[in-house]
Amino acid sequence: MEVKDQAMNSKQKKEKSSKAERRDLQEAQRAAKAAVKAEGNKPSGSVTSVNLKSAKAAKPPQKVDNTSIAASEKKGGDRPSEKDRKKDVPHPRLQYDDKSRVEKAKRRAVVNQTEARNRVELFRHLPQYEHGSQLPDLEAKFFQIDPVHPSVYKVGLQYLSGDISGGNARCIAMLQAFQDAIKDYAVPPEKTLVRDLTAKISSYVSFLIECRPLSISMGNAIRFLKSRITKLPPTLSESESKTSLQSDIEHFINEKIILANKVIVNHAVTKIRDGDVLLTYGSSSAVEMILLHAHELGKQFRVVVVDSRPRLQGKVLLRRLVEKGLSCTYTHVNAVSYIMHEVTRVFLGASSVLSNGTVYSGVGTACVAMVAHVYHVPVIVCCEAYKFHERVQLDSICSNELGDPDVISKVPGREDVNLLDAWANTENLQLLNLMYDATPSDYVSMIVTDYGMIPPTSVPVVVREYSREQVWM
Amino acid sequence: MPDVHSLVNDFVNQLKKRKIEGSQATAKQAAELLRSVISQQRVPQTNQATALINAVRAVGEKLIAANPVELAVGNIVRRVLHIIREEDLSLATAAIAGLELSPGSDDEDDVERDDYPVLSAAAVAAAARSTLRPPSLQTLLEDTPISAANPHTSSSGGDSEGKSRSVDKSSRGRKLKHDVIEAVNELIQDISTCYEQIAEQAVEHIHQNEVILTLGSSKTVLEFLCAAKEKKRSFKVFVAEGAPRYQGHLLAKELASRGLQTTVITDSAVFAMISRVNMVIVGAHAVMANGGIIAPVGLNMVALAAERHAVPFVVLAGSHKLCPLYPHNPEVLLNELRSPSELLDFGEFSDCMDSASGGGSLHVVNPTFDYVPPKLVSLFITDTGGHNPSYMYRLIADYYSADDLVVKRRPATGS
Repeated sequence: MEVKDQAMNSKQKKEKSSKAERRDLQEAQRAAKAAVKAEGNKPSGSVTSVNLKSAKAAKPPQKVDNTSIAASEKKGGDRPSEKDRKKDVPHPRLQYDDKSRVEKAKRRAVVNQTEARNRVELFRHLPQYEHGSQLPDLEAKFFQIDPVHPSVYKVGLQYLSGDISGGNARCIAMLQAFQDAIKDYAVPPEKTLVRDLTAKISSYVSFLIECRPLSISMGNAIRFLKSRITKLPPTLSESESKTSLQSDIEHFINEKIILANKVIVNHAVTKIRDGDVLLTYGSSSAVEMILLHAHELGKQFRVVVVDSRPRLQGKVLLRRLVEKGLSCTYTHVNAVSYIMHEVTRVFLGASSVLSNGTVYSGVGTACVAMVAHVYHVPVIVCCEAYKFHERVQLDSICSNELGDPDVISKVPGREDVNLLDAWANTENLQLLNLMYDATPSDYVSMIVTDYGMIPPTSVPVVVREYSREQVWM
Repeated sequence: MPDVHSLVNDFVNQLKKRKIEGSQATAKQAAELLRSVISQQRVPQTNQATALINAVRAVGEKLIAANPVELAVGNIVRRVLHIIREEDLSLATAAIAGLELSPGSDDEDDVERDDYPVLSAAAVAAAARSTLRPPSLQTLLEDTPISAANPHTSSSGGDSEGKSRSVDKSSRGRKLKHDVIEAVNELIQDISTCYEQIAEQAVEHIHQNEVILTLGSSKTVLEFLCAAKEKKRSFKVFVAEGAPRYQGHLLAKELASRGLQTTVITDSAVFAMISRVNMVIVGAHAVMANGGIIAPVGLNMVALAAERHAVPFVVLAGSHKLCPLYPHNPEVLLNELRSPSELLDFGEFSDCMDSASGGGSLHVVNPTFDYVPPKLVSLFITDTGGHNPSYMYRLIADYYSADDLVVKRRPATGS
C-alpha cells in the first residue's frame, strides 16, 4: 500500500490527464514491476515507484516488454512477496488483441506505426506492424524528440534498418549508447540521481523497443544497469556516480561479452578434431570466432554453412570464413538432411537459453538440431552466460518476434518467382516472418558458456547461483 | 518408322535437358510415345508379343537412360510391358477357350488339331493358371515358365498349317496390338484423371477447423484441398515456400484465390509452426517399393518434425508414381544436384575465391530431392484408395511383371 501512496504523491507533482486512468495503469504496472526487483533488491518500493512514474512518462509499449520480462522472471524468481504474488495473478501484459489497451498505447507512442493489414490469427498476441513506415517518421521527428539522447537515437535507427543485428552486437551498441547518455547527463534540480536516471534509461529503452523489440540479452543488460544505478551509494557526488556507472558498463561489456567469448572459444576448440566436418546455421559471432581460432591453431576441418531465407545471414559468415582460408560448403536449410550424413559436429549460436533448457535462437535452428539429433550428430550450443534467462518456454508461438512480411514475398535476384507482390490485397493470404524459434533441450548435447561446458539441464542452476548474488562483477 | 524414331529422339532430348517438369506430364508423354511405337511396329506372324516387348524395351532403355532420376518414365515403360504380357496371355486363354468350343470348323486336320489343342492347351493353361490365378501350392508346383509356353504354342502352331490357323494367327496378331493400344489408352486416361480420384477421398480426411501444412507445390495437393473446400469444410493451410524453387508461393496464391485461408511461412519456420498443425499433406515425386518416397527437398525435415509432434504425414501419389524398385542409397543415387546459382550468385563470391592466402574452397550443394523413409509416412492416398506404406509392395504385382524390372534388351531371344 505504501508503494501506491508514494506513487500517488509523485503523481500529484506532475500535471497529467485523468487520475483514474493513471491509477489503472499504475496498478497494472506496479504488480509487474515489483517482480523485476523481487530477487533481492531490497529497496523495491522506491524503485517501483520510480518505475511507475517513468512508465507514465514513457510510452506504454514499454509496458509490453517490461511486463513480459517481468512476468516471465516472476515465474522463475524464488521469493516474490506474498502481496505481490497475489496481485500478479491476473497478469496484465499488453496483449495486442485487447483493443482499448492498444489504442492507449498508440496515442502515446513516439513512433507512428500502422498495423499490418493481413495479420496472422495465431500471433494476435504479438505486435504486427507494417514495416517501412517507421523510418521516415522517425527521421522527420528527429529534432522534436527531446528526451532521447542522440546516440540512443542513432542506435535505434540502426536497429530499425537492420544494420546492427545479432545479440552481442545489439547489446554492446545499446550499452555504449547508454554510456554516452550517462556522460552527458545532468541531474535536474530537486531530483535524485537514482530515480531520475532510472526514469531516463527506461524512456530510452521504450524508444528502442519501438524500433525493434528487445532481445533477451539486452533485457538482462538493462536489468544489470538499473541494479547498478540503485546500488549507487548516496554519498557519491554526481560526477563520481556517473564515472562509476560508466566504468560499470565498461566492465560488463568486457567481462560478460568480450572476455566470455574468449573463454568460450578456448573451451570449444578442444571439441574440434582434425578431419571434422562442422555444420553451423546462420551467422553467430561466437561460432565464427571458434571456427577462425581453430583454423589459426592449424586444425584441419571443413565447414558447412546452412542458410535460410529471408535474412540469408549465412552468406555473411561464409564470406568471412572463405576469406580466411577455410574450406566451406554452402547450402540451404531444406538440404540439411542431405548434408547431415557427412557432418561430425554441429555448432550453433543462441540468442538466449531459457531455464527449461530450451535454446531460443534464430528461426531454423530447431530444424537443424532435430535433423542432427536423428543422425546422431552432437549439437553444441555456444552462448555467453549473461544471455541465460529465468523464463521458460515450450514452443515458439507463445513468445516470438514477427519481422517484416514483405521480405518473404520478394525474392531478391529471382524475378521469375516474385508472384506474391500484391499479397496484401489478397484477402485470404497472410505472410508470416518469424524471427526466433525454440529448440527443445533434448536436441542439445552441450552448452559452452564462460562458466564451462554444461548440459542444458544446468542452465537454471547457473541462473540462480550466478545472477542472484550479484556476481555480475 | 522414321517418324517414330524422330519422336523418340525428341523425347529423349527433352528428358536429357530436363525440359519436362513433373511426373504426370512425363508419364503421359512417355505413354503416348510408346503407343505410337506399338502402333507402328510391324508384328510378325509368330511371337507377336515378344516382338512388341522387344520394341518397347529398346525404346524404354533409351528413355530411362536419358533421365534415370525421373522414375515415372521407367514406370510407364514397365507398365506397358506388363500390359503387353497380360493382353497376350488373355488372348491366348481366349483362343484356347475358342478352339475347344469350335471343334467342327475344320474337319481335315483332325489328328493334328487334336494334338495341337492338347499340347498347347496344357502349356497355355498352365501358364495362364500361374499368372492369372492367385498363387496356390498346386500352381507353384506345376509352374512352367511363360517364355517356354510361348514358343511352344507358336512352334506347334507353325506345324499345323490349317487355313483357319493362319487366319486365326494373323487376326490374333492384330487383335493383340489393338488390345494393347486400348489398354495403353486406358493407362493414359488413368494418368490424366488421377487427380479426381485422389481428390474424392479428401472429405474423409479433412474435417472442420483443421490446420494443414504443406511444402512446395503439387497439383495433387491443390486439387485435394480444393475438393475438401468444395464440400464446405473450413480449414487453414500453412504453405512452406520450398526454397530454392519457391513453388510454395504459387500454391499459396492459387489456394488464396480459391478462398482458403493460407499463410506462407519460410522453410526454417516449419518446426516452430508444426506444433499447431493437425496434418501434413504433401505430394511425392516417386514412391518406391518399400513405401519410401522421393520428394522435393526439405520434406525429410518436415517428416521428422511431424513425427516428433505426432502429426500424421500423408502422401498423395497417383499410381503412375509407384516404382517397382527398392531404393539403395537414394539420397545420392536418385538425386540430382541443381545449379548453385539458385543459392549464390555467380559473381558474389568470386572476389574472395582466388585470394592469395591459399584461399578457402567454396562448394555449393543444391539437391533437388529428399528421401523420406517409410516409417515416417503415415498414409498413402492413391487413386486406388488409402494404403499403409508397408502395403505398397503388393500393388506392384498389379501393375508390373517381375521380368521387367531391368529394362534391358535381352541379347539371347532375338527379335
